[in-house]
Amino acid sequence: MKGFLVISALGVLAMLAEVFKFKRILLPLVVLGILAAYALNYMEWEHPYSISYFQNMIAFDKVALAFSGVILITTFFWFILANNTYDNEPHMVDHYALVLFAVTGAIMMTAFTNMTTLFIGIEIMSIPLYVLAASKKNNINSNEAGFKYLIMGSFASAFLLFGIALIYGATGSFDLNEIRAYIASNPGNMPSFFYAGVIMMLIAMCFKVSAAPFHFWAPDVYHGSPTIITALMSTVVKTAAFAAFMRLFMIGFNGVNETWTGILVVVIALSLLISNITAAMQSNVKRMLAYSSISHAAFMLMVILANVRTNLSVNAILYYSLAYSIGSITAFGVLNAVTKYGNENFEEFNGLGKRNPVLAVCMTIAMLSLAGIPITAGFFAKYFVFTAMMTTTYKWLLILAVLTSAVGVYYYFKVIIAMYFKPAANEEPVEIDMGSKMVIILTALITVIIGVVPSYIAEMFSV
Amino acid sequence: MLAGLLIVFPLIAALLVFMAKGKGARNLALGFSILQFALSLVALFQFKHNPTSHHLLLNCTWVKSLGINFAVGLDGFAMLLVLLTTFLVPLIIVTSFKNTYEKENIFYGLILLMQMALVGVFMANDGFLFYVFWELALIPIYFICLMWGGENRGKITFKFFVYTLLGSLFMLVGLVYLYNNSMSLAGTKSWAIQDLINSGRSLGEGQQSIIFWLIFIAFAIKMPIFPFHTWQPDTYVTAPTQGTMLLSGIMAKMGTFGVMKWLLPIVPMGIEKWGGFAIGLSIVGVIYGSCIAIVQKDYKRLIAYSSFAHVGLIGAGILTATAQGLQGAMLQMVAHGINAVGLFLIADILLRHTGTRDIDKLGGIRSMNGNFAVLFLIVMLGAVALPLTSGFPGEFLLINGVFQFSATAAAFAGLSVILGAVYMLRSYQSIMLGDRKDSNITFGSLDGSDKAVLIIICAAIIAFGVYPKALTDITEPAVKALMQNLK
Repeated sequence: MKGFLVISALGVLAMLAEVFKFKRILLPLVVLGILAAYALNYMEWEHPYSISYFQNMIAFDKVALAFSGVILITTFFWFILANNTYDNEPHMVDHYALVLFAVTGAIMMTAFTNMTTLFIGIEIMSIPLYVLAASKKNNINSNEAGFKYLIMGSFASAFLLFGIALIYGATGSFDLNEIRAYIASNPGNMPSFFYAGVIMMLIAMCFKVSAAPFHFWAPDVYHGSPTIITALMSTVVKTAAFAAFMRLFMIGFNGVNETWTGILVVVIALSLLISNITAAMQSNVKRMLAYSSISHAAFMLMVILANVRTNLSVNAILYYSLAYSIGSITAFGVLNAVTKYGNENFEEFNGLGKRNPVLAVCMTIAMLSLAGIPITAGFFAKYFVFTAMMTTTYKWLLILAVLTSAVGVYYYFKVIIAMYFKPAANEEPVEIDMGSKMVIILTALITVIIGVVPSYIAEMFSV
Repeated sequence: MLAGLLIVFPLIAALLVFMAKGKGARNLALGFSILQFALSLVALFQFKHNPTSHHLLLNCTWVKSLGINFAVGLDGFAMLLVLLTTFLVPLIIVTSFKNTYEKENIFYGLILLMQMALVGVFMANDGFLFYVFWELALIPIYFICLMWGGENRGKITFKFFVYTLLGSLFMLVGLVYLYNNSMSLAGTKSWAIQDLINSGRSLGEGQQSIIFWLIFIAFAIKMPIFPFHTWQPDTYVTAPTQGTMLLSGIMAKMGTFGVMKWLLPIVPMGIEKWGGFAIGLSIVGVIYGSCIAIVQKDYKRLIAYSSFAHVGLIGAGILTATAQGLQGAMLQMVAHGINAVGLFLIADILLRHTGTRDIDKLGGIRSMNGNFAVLFLIVMLGAVALPLTSGFPGEFLLINGVFQFSATAAAFAGLSVILGAVYMLRSYQSIMLGDRKDSNITFGSLDGSDKAVLIIICAAIIAFGVYPKALTDITEPAVKALMQNLK
């Protein structure tokens, strides 16, 4: 909770930077603030002052703390990565404030226990992102991204609200635990609009995690937004959305899982097929990563589908989010450095192995991890999904996941092949600032380390 | 302790070699690989002295909650294949002395990394660890082929990678299924091989059949067995010579070894039901590969297809699950590993000296270099499995094993010996004997490094042909134990 307060205070502080003229030291302040928030977060792990706050509106239990930890780590890396991009940006302060508010919303989503908190969290996170997506004002793609994101996001929010309203109508409460208790005490005689509410919320959440067939906004938004914002979307936003998804469906609607599992199976199968096949056909790396993020969403959804009521699934989603976020930070960091020299097509990576060997190695690790090759984090992430799915009746989904993973290898390796095998159009070395380089190296290292020693995260919640 | 060292040492060596510069990397890599061979000889000594010594086992916890352990150990099978690996890697490094590669430190570092993964695959006693090493072996060889390969390498290595990865993922699903069904003594799920075996055996025939296919596909692709072989000839031809040697000399054995250790004891009913079918596929591959080898013009491609045929026979022998078949397979794995390195080296020497590997253009080399002709002859006869060469006892036992399974199958498998003689002798005749077909082609004296490697290989071929007991002594108890386990 204290970490959450620190981050929101940081956002306000960032807005003041322009007025009180401490713009130059804003980044160190923000980074220190994030570290402080992380430290506070960590202290609450063992000795929580209290778990639930504001009359049970928000609860920082261990699960929430763990997911906000992941969000804070990625935000920390993100700010260092973004520093260089925003150096010459006149509205840097506004950007920083917006990002910090988005992160505030994200943390709120990990800790909600009340439907209203969920809705407010999602909106706090999304509205700054609509603005950030369109932040390249003179770029038509960026404008399109912002507009599309806003329209589609509002659409999803409408679904979410309608769902919440219907559920409130049936249960008389916004509180997750009370809804759960209501389901348990009224087996089989709930009004039909309760089920409609559950399905509407499922659809809204699928929008937010960009699972097919509600994914149409994702590629355009990812592609049009500035690369650094895309990095934020595919890490912080994804983690928060999954934390919320998990809380909502595995705690709140666990009692009515036969209502939503059937739909989720179709969503997962479609996501796996559509994302991987389309990603394989992209010529733009950013779009490829956008489609691949849909496939990763499908993998995380599989854990929710498996619905193992032990901590196994919490561990699995936590590990997956961390592995995916860290890998994405590396990938987008390299992409950001490379695209300064041109567009975002695969050809831009040609000869990166010569133009900047360090970046090429880090990118290789990130791609291997996203493709799920041992000994990287991505492998264990997929492995945990497999073990969770093995306990369900949907084993055929696993075979589909395996087949589409092989397609995944195709497009991730296209990047590796381009870096080492294709001759570069220009031999000029790729320059990168010190901070970004450090972040890229560090995240690549973390990818390998948590791939070799997964126990710390994979056993965070004892099974 | 020793067991852990066998895996950790090449890893450290690889990291050091990555940091070395220029020619230093090559010499360093050679030095390390020889040390590693010495290390495995120490292990052999220990093994002979006391096969159940605790030095040969290592078991530490990796991920406790999931029952994953870093459990490695040397039984007879592993011992022999680790020896094969550590024996071949220094030779493979020496064969590269006459080629100049860009970024030598990376090249040799990757070879050592590959060695680590291969040793790990052979030694793993934990299903998860086995899978991790299995996948890990793929990455260095992929980069070796991609960065130093020949024409069209991008597409071809890519096909190779996706093909094998797909197979491995199916294997992972199969292993996870076994794991989920497993129960260790402590009452938790476990990846330990013995627990997986018990888990597999507790399943019914239907489930065992599914597991059989999920896991077998991974091995069949790696070996390869017909019809999963389509990646193989192109990859072997395109890869740099050292990559091809690693692929056919050692990596193909991962598949055959896998069937032996990770399939036969786990799904006996699955084998009973589908083993015959799989043997059929292997034998189709043997004949198919041999027939295609006969019409090849490129010598390297010819060896690639012959390798496909040989490994198919090994696979058939193992799948019969007879003592002879298993023993023969072990012998033949060693013999084929050594032979393959020799033959691919010869293909490389031909290319380097004459600028072509085209069988029709070469001729009369014997008159230009008699020594080479003799060495080539010995290696070639080893491949044909002439008695008193290392190929013979293995092939004999293999066909014997297949015969116990089915006489018809043995008749077809036996064809491989005849067909093998046809393409091997014909190509030798065309390349070495007769008159020179192209007067521009000259063949000087052999380089010292090539000669040394060929002499060592020939010595090994003859030694193991005359005295195969040296090898069977190592594997005999393991074969017995496995047969006991199969009953």
